[in-house]
Amino acid sequence: MSHHLVEARGLTHVYEDGTIALKEVTFRITHGESVAIIGANGAGKSTLLMHLNGHLTPTRGEVRIGETPITKQTLPAIRRTVGLVFQDPDDQLFMPTVYDDVAFGPRNQGLPEAEVGRRVYEALERVGVWQVRAKPPYRLSGGEKKRVAIAGVLAMVPDILVMDEPTSGLDPHARRQLIGLLGEFRHTRIFTSHDLDMVLDVCPRTIVLFEGTVMADGPTGDIFADDALLSKCRLERPLAMQGCPVCGRGPD
Amino acid sequence: MSATAAITGLLDFRRLDLLATGNSALHRLDPRAHVTVTLVFVVCAMSFGRYTVAPLLPFFVFPIAVVAMAGLPVAFLARKVAIVLPIALLIGLPNPLFDRESLLSLGGIEITGGWISLLSIALRALLAAAAAIVLVAVTGFPAICGALERMGMPRPLAVQLLFLYRYLAVLGEEAVRMTAAREQRGGDRPLSIRLYGTLVGRLLLRTWDRAERIYLAMCARGFTGDFRSGRAARFGVPEVGYVAGWCLFFLLLRTSDVTHWLGAAVLGAVQ
Repeated sequence: MSHHLVEARGLTHVYEDGTIALKEVTFRITHGESVAIIGANGAGKSTLLMHLNGHLTPTRGEVRIGETPITKQTLPAIRRTVGLVFQDPDDQLFMPTVYDDVAFGPRNQGLPEAEVGRRVYEALERVGVWQVRAKPPYRLSGGEKKRVAIAGVLAMVPDILVMDEPTSGLDPHARRQLIGLLGEFRHTRIFTSHDLDMVLDVCPRTIVLFEGTVMADGPTGDIFADDALLSKCRLERPLAMQGCPVCGRGPD
Repeated sequence: MSATAAITGLLDFRRLDLLATGNSALHRLDPRAHVTVTLVFVVCAMSFGRYTVAPLLPFFVFPIAVVAMAGLPVAFLARKVAIVLPIALLIGLPNPLFDRESLLSLGGIEITGGWISLLSIALRALLAAAAAIVLVAVTGFPAICGALERMGMPRPLAVQLLFLYRYLAVLGEEAVRMTAAREQRGGDRPLSIRLYGTLVGRLLLRTWDRAERIYLAMCARGFTGDFRSGRAARFGVPEVGYVAGWCLFFLLLRTSDVTHWLGAAVLGAVQ
């Protein structure tokens, strides 16, 4: 049995006010895959992410992590398996120091303090910010905050990494560095993003959501080459696949 | 000072939290020791009669000693403590109006019971605030909640307390953002009651949303209502000594008039 599988079967979610956020969403993501979930605002991306970590309960259908369906009983195990990085690091970082924040997850797992220390060191080293461990999170730059937020999740040693808009709010250099980092991970990875160039760099596979349904699921290159699909879903080609705005030359 | 700066200063919880990560001998004590000492302190200092003034003064030794031993920033904490003073004065202000019985006379000026009880209320408010703020600065709020739970407080109550504190900080941050946005667009004009109501309502909703996201993020990292600070919880000899020492001191101050003795001793030495 592998913990690294993520499967949605006929996942439907209707909010209390009657808004249908997801309609019969079905996909299967296997071990080590890096998958982007893209779509216009309101397409259902965030709702879908909330289901992968058990924050929402499906109106119909189910989500399975490995061979385990997400239920109230399996929730603690699911949350150990699936690490969710939030879009705004300020929502995730709330402990007084970076060290304590990254240690929050491992301590909740009930690990001995020596092991917690090792996990914190490894996670902060992995994302390259061990040197800021004693600082309060609110004193960090946007890029550092993002890295610490990722470290906080890595320290729980999840099999599956789920990230909501990993590159939003980062300057070009921090964004480029983060894309490099995301490419190095060997976890099963699921990203939502409007940064389609990042998707092109990091995710071989893309799922397109539109008004709560899966409009396409396939190799990223094919999806970004389908202009009719992109236009229907209120998306467009990544800049790297558009012609040069200065000389008009097409992409290589 | 702009309103934004005022709110930022008032709700500087983050710095208070950060102080608790220090590593003095006092910081290393089990949080239960600090909580117990603070509770005994508050009960002893608050249980004096309404006209008590002089016997309250030696109680200031406690917060001052803790600040000195733990190496906490005096000016920062003093500002935090001073916040309660206007509230205490507001509560005590009617006293001089209603209680006009003269209790003592200083150089021909009659001092009424009302003025003395007002002074007593102010001193007690300062003592209680000083003890509470010093407790948070040396222990950290999550550790205090954990200690209360281990001392028998029902867990749901302890968790509520933790979130109350956490979300108060969130509320402060949202308030700063909203105030900044208002000042940006010509906020010099006084707020009408209606606009004020709208702003407060918006603030509540925004805080609510953000609090929910923070809670989700905590759950995503395995939070189930347990407090784990990383410091080993051990109520050993240092803790017993710390608690016993301070409690004896407070009981002494409570049961005998130390100020009077000191005064008498000093006068005796002078004569």
